[in-house]
Amino acid sequence: MNELKTMSEQVPQSAERRRFVGAAAAVAGLTVVPGVMLYEVANARPEDQPASSAVRWGMLVDATRCASGCSDCVSACSTENGWTPVAQSEHPRQAPQWIRKLQLEDPLTQAQINLPMLCQHCAEPPCVDVCPTGASFKRADGIVLVNRHTCIGCRYCMMACPYKARSLVHEPLNDTQKPDVPRGMGCVEACTFCVQKVDRGDGTTACAEACAAAGHNAILFGDLNDPESEISKRLRELPTKQVRADLKLNLGVRYHGI
Amino acid sequence: MASITFREVEGSSLKYWLLFGALGLFVLFGALAWNHMHHYGHVVTGMDNQIVWGLPHVFAVFLIVAASGALNVASIASVFNKPMYKPLAPLSAILALALLAGGLLVLVLDLGRSDRLIVAMTNFNLKSMFTWNVFLYSGFFVLVGIYLWTMLDRSVKSWTKTAGTAAFLWRLILTTGTGSLFGFLISRELYGTGLLAPMFIIMSFAYGLAIYLMVLAAAYAWTGRPLGDAVMLRLKTLLAVFVAAVLYFVAVHHGTNLYFTKAHAVEAFILRDGGAITSLFWVGQILIGCVLPLVILLTALGRQRSWLMIACALVILGGIAQMYVTIIGAQAYPLDMFPGFKASSSFFDGEVHPYSPSTPELFLGLGGVAVALLMTTFAVKVLRLLPVSLDDATVAKLEQH
Amino acid sequence: MTGKMKSVLALGAVVLTTAALAWAGAEAQPKAGGAPKPVITKAVKGEHCVEDTEYMRRNHMKLLLVHRDRTVLQGVRTPKHSLKGCIDCHASEATGSVAAAKEDFCVSCHSYAAVKIDCFECHSTKPQGSAAMHPLHADAASVEAMAGISR
Repeated sequence: MNELKTMSEQVPQSAERRRFVGAAAAVAGLTVVPGVMLYEVANARPEDQPASSAVRWGMLVDATRCASGCSDCVSACSTENGWTPVAQSEHPRQAPQWIRKLQLEDPLTQAQINLPMLCQHCAEPPCVDVCPTGASFKRADGIVLVNRHTCIGCRYCMMACPYKARSLVHEPLNDTQKPDVPRGMGCVEACTFCVQKVDRGDGTTACAEACAAAGHNAILFGDLNDPESEISKRLRELPTKQVRADLKLNLGVRYHGI
Repeated sequence: MASITFREVEGSSLKYWLLFGALGLFVLFGALAWNHMHHYGHVVTGMDNQIVWGLPHVFAVFLIVAASGALNVASIASVFNKPMYKPLAPLSAILALALLAGGLLVLVLDLGRSDRLIVAMTNFNLKSMFTWNVFLYSGFFVLVGIYLWTMLDRSVKSWTKTAGTAAFLWRLILTTGTGSLFGFLISRELYGTGLLAPMFIIMSFAYGLAIYLMVLAAAYAWTGRPLGDAVMLRLKTLLAVFVAAVLYFVAVHHGTNLYFTKAHAVEAFILRDGGAITSLFWVGQILIGCVLPLVILLTALGRQRSWLMIACALVILGGIAQMYVTIIGAQAYPLDMFPGFKASSSFFDGEVHPYSPSTPELFLGLGGVAVALLMTTFAVKVLRLLPVSLDDATVAKLEQH
Repeated sequence: MTGKMKSVLALGAVVLTTAALAWAGAEAQPKAGGAPKPVITKAVKGEHCVEDTEYMRRNHMKLLLVHRDRTVLQGVRTPKHSLKGCIDCHASEATGSVAAAKEDFCVSCHSYAAVKIDCFECHSTKPQGSAAMHPLHADAASVEAMAGISR
């Protein structure tokens, strides 16, 4: 049992290792490692194949399970993607926040809702529409990204985003970036659905993992196009809403309990 | 047709070089401000992830809007065949080019990656209003440049009307594009309306003419050339019409919003509860920018040159206030993602966002103004843009033909 | 056209031409005394580069450019021709980076050639994880992993 544990702990964290254990895991891993592994391997695309529009990555946030005061998803995102948590920033107003906890209160009933707010990965993203250079773009699998090679830092996307999901990097990062997550001063950035994890076949995001680890299971990540995926099944059962559905942007993130 | 003699400004006096030097100093300050912002990043500005466009954009958009308006005097001459305005046309065109250059410079130097301008010039997303503006600005430079050429070179003089008409139509599209930068944004309550396009056009008429009048009067006063009242009073009446039209558009914009319950909160913020933004709206935009100039322009006061200049200065100050309210005010009001709920977060959701511009931002903006004025100052020295005399007798002769 | 305008244009043309000639001259002139030669340290890991050394010296930027677009736009993250791949092998032993010190692999050559790169405005200059994790060292990595499993 000891052996299996080591295996399952290591595999999702290491892109490089996937390369040599991948084949073995596909055969042996399926039967022995915990459930997470099953999806990973099922969703993995060969690493030399481009992202395909057959997949549309999405997220289901169950606000009824999102705990007040818990910000494990935010910390996990910051750790995975290398942005400084706002509490540790010298310039909190100018610090980037890829994901944040929102507290909502109905002024009449005092009913409270907690939820994580992040890039909604719209199918019709306003940020992509307004970007003058095409640096804001939507990948074939529905992930909305910023190409930092062509971002000029005009911040028009930040003006256009109805969710305030994007941040400008206001100060030099001094080589503190993660090797998998390039970021730079003067460019705009936002949640990437942990695209580096998706590309290595993890099939989940740092926030979803952290939420599950905390036992809340309020965040579920998966392929909206696959009717058999866990997320598609849950979306069929649970009533969900899109934030500012009136804008008809067809969001990749759906909320239950708002 | 009575001929008008155009001549370069001598530009050798101490006063000329003092003006040149003073403007140059502000250009230098602007360059230093940019260098500071570029080196340390936008962290040294008052801008943040809530107020993403700050004072530089206020100046930049004001200058760009004013640029197309400054071309109006030339358009009246060439497109609408008013001979009285013909001698005024070359200055109008050069001012338009200079103001646009100044505004664009500020816009470009405020980019997070201003070193990557070449990327913006080689990668285009044709669905972006910004991309369209890049084309519109470039086209404006070309068309107004050609127009100016037809005015200065006798051999192509017959093309003036054609070039002038093209430039006029282009400038209408250009300001439509500038207004649509904001008009095409769905996310914020104060934007997302087609009204902004015509509103920006009428604003450009007012700002551009006010700047034109001040530059014209200054150029003639400082060079000792005669400038009669006939010209100035005609333009004064025009300015009054434009300012009144701006006021009308502002009233329609806010009036419409006040009718829609969903926009009540944001209107209350701008009109009543917004602190500095509210003061800037009522005192800056409405009182200084519209009401006082109208009082001056429509009463006997406006017949006096100095009062006319004060009115122009007020229109310009009011215009900057209007840009500030339009650009900063709309961002300061929090996005309403969950209507009916009160939101709070570490990212300042649900609260009004404060903004205080930093010194580099101010100097970057002023640097743009200085670039525009410096270009104009230099142009009148090297090109024959200004008639030797614009006294009433000369102008009256033009009118008879 | 007026005489003044012509002279302004002529002046502009002279200035531009002079600048262009000065530019071209600077390229052609051999370095007198010369800048310090770049320090080219052999990669810490791997037997040889993903392409011939001579080819890489001239064309690495082209390969990186193609791979960069494939990675960013399509999500293809194969290690060959990736910047990450370069860094994994060429990070110096002293600084663990390709661009932290003057002698580090990328900086050393680029400052000699006076070609400014802005890769590291955004990209980390250091490899991910420990040396043994390197893909070209799959054997070593698997040995280590096996050791971990059996431990």
